[in-house]
Amino acid sequence: MLIKKPSDIRPSEITPKEIYLNRRTFMKEAAVTGAVLAASRILPALGASPSPSGERLQFRKSELSTRGEELTPLKDITTYNNFYEFGSDKDDPSNNAHTLRTVPWTVSIEGEVKKEKLYDVESILKMHPSLEERVYRLRCVEAWSMVIPWIGIPLASVIKAVEPTSKAKYVAFQTLYDPNQMPGQKRWILRWPYVEGLRMDEALHPLTILAVGLYGETLLNQNGAPIRLVVPWKYGYKSIKSIVKIRFVEKQPPTSWNLAAPEEYGFYSNVNPEVDHPRWSQARERRIGEFFKRKTLMFNGYADQVAGLYAGVDLRKYH
Amino acid sequence: MTRKTIAVAKTFIWVACLTPLLRLGWKGLTGGLGANPIEFITLSTGTWTLVFLLATLAITPLRRLSGQSWLIRFRRLVGLFSFFYGVLHFITYVWLDKFFDVQDMIKDVAKRPFITAGFLAFLLLVPLAATSTAGAIRWMGGRRWQLLHRLIYVSGVSAVVHFWWKVKADVRKPAIYAAVLGILLGLRLVFWIHARLSNPGARPTRHRA
Repeated sequence: MLIKKPSDIRPSEITPKEIYLNRRTFMKEAAVTGAVLAASRILPALGASPSPSGERLQFRKSELSTRGEELTPLKDITTYNNFYEFGSDKDDPSNNAHTLRTVPWTVSIEGEVKKEKLYDVESILKMHPSLEERVYRLRCVEAWSMVIPWIGIPLASVIKAVEPTSKAKYVAFQTLYDPNQMPGQKRWILRWPYVEGLRMDEALHPLTILAVGLYGETLLNQNGAPIRLVVPWKYGYKSIKSIVKIRFVEKQPPTSWNLAAPEEYGFYSNVNPEVDHPRWSQARERRIGEFFKRKTLMFNGYADQVAGLYAGVDLRKYH
Repeated sequence: MTRKTIAVAKTFIWVACLTPLLRLGWKGLTGGLGANPIEFITLSTGTWTLVFLLATLAITPLRRLSGQSWLIRFRRLVGLFSFFYGVLHFITYVWLDKFFDVQDMIKDVAKRPFITAGFLAFLLLVPLAATSTAGAIRWMGGRRWQLLHRLIYVSGVSAVVHFWWKVKADVRKPAIYAAVLGILLGLRLVFWIHARLSNPGARPTRHRA
C-alpha cells in the first residue's frame, strides 16, 4: 500500500513574501554595482605611491635588449611577485622580504669546475667588463607577463671565468635556505631550498644573465636580491632568485617545480603557446597593465635567437 | 523575533553581503587592485561566492544545534548572495578572461578539470536561485523543492574542488574551505543518522537502497 507522506517542509522554512519581493531591488542594485565595477577598470590608477628603491648602479645599455616594448611600471614589478620563500600571494614577497639580509652574500661556485670557491657578489660582477641593461619580456607560467629592464652580466662570462671541466654538462642553481630570513620556508609548500638548472648551452647563451638590479638600481629583496638568474625565453620560475650556489654537473639536475608537479612543469619550461599547462591554456597572456590579453610568442618572442638550441627536439615531450 | 528585529537583521545582512563588492569598487576607483586587477577581481568574487555558499550551508546546522528557528529566515538571502557573487565571478571569466570567445570557453570547460568543476558548481546554483521564491516552492511541492535544493551540497563540493585544483602548490586556503564544508556536510550526516536511529520507521521501506 502506498502511504502518502506529508510534505517535509515546515512553515518556518517558507520565505515570507516581502523577502522574495526584495529580490527585484536586489537585482537592480546588482546591475548598478556591476556598472561601478566596470567603470573602475577604465579609470587610471590614482596616486600610485613610489616603491622603496635600491642603490643606483653604473651600467651600459646592451644591444641584446628587447626593443619596441613598453616597460612595466616599477611599482608593479616590485609588488606583484611569485617568490614562495616569502609566501604564495602576489603581495607577500613585497610585504615579507625585508627579513632577507643580502649583505654579506656569497655564492659557492662548485662541482665540475676548476676555480671552485666561495665568491662574493662583487667578485662575480668583475668577471664581465661592465654591468649591462637588458630589457626582457618576462612570461610567467600563470599566463601573465611584464617587460623588465634588468641590470646584470651574461652568465657566460662567469662560466668562462671559473673554467668548467669537460664533464660539466649542466648548471644547477640553488636559492638560500634559511627559514628565519625566508619565513615561507617554514612550510613545505615546495621542497626547500629552491633549485633550478640549465643545460650548458642554455647557460652559455648570450641572452642568459645574472641580474643584480632593475630600473638602474640594485634589486629589491622581493625581486631576488642580491643576485638572480634571468632566462627570458623560459617561464619565470626558471629564473631562480637569491642564488647561493652554482654547481656544474654531469647529469640533468632536479628542479623545484618539476619535483612538485612533474607532469605540469618540465625541465626545459620554454615558453610555448602550443603546449598548454594541463590546467590552463598558454596560448595567450595578460601583459601587466593591459586590459586585453595578447598572444604568447614562441620562446617568448626570442625564437630567432634560441630556437637553434632545440633543433630536432620534440618540444611537447621535452616541455 | 519580531518583524522589526528581522527587518533590522536583514538590513544588516544586506550591508554585510554587499561589503565585499563595495570594497572591490572602492579599490578599483583608487587603484588598489594591484598590478593584475582582473586576477584580483576573479579571486575576490570567487572567494566570496564560496564564503556565502558555506554560510548558507551553515544555517541549518546552526538552527538545529541552537534551536533558534528564526535563523532559517535568512538562508535564502545569504544563498542568493552566493549566487550573486557566483554570477560576478562567472562574468569576470567570460568577459575579462575569455572576452566572450565561446569556442575557447567550451574547450576550457571540456579540457580543464578545474574549470569544469567551477562551471558545474555555478551551473548547479542556477536552478536553486530560479526556484528560490515562495511561489516556486508551492508550485513544486515542498518535498521536491527540498530534494532539488540538495544540489547545493554538490555545488559546494565542486566549488571547493575548483579552488583546490586551481592552486599551484600552496593548498592551505582551499584546505580551510574543504574542512568547513566537511564539517557542515558531516553534521547533516550526523543529524540524519540520529533521526534514523530515534525513529526507524520514518521512511517507507521502498526508499531504502
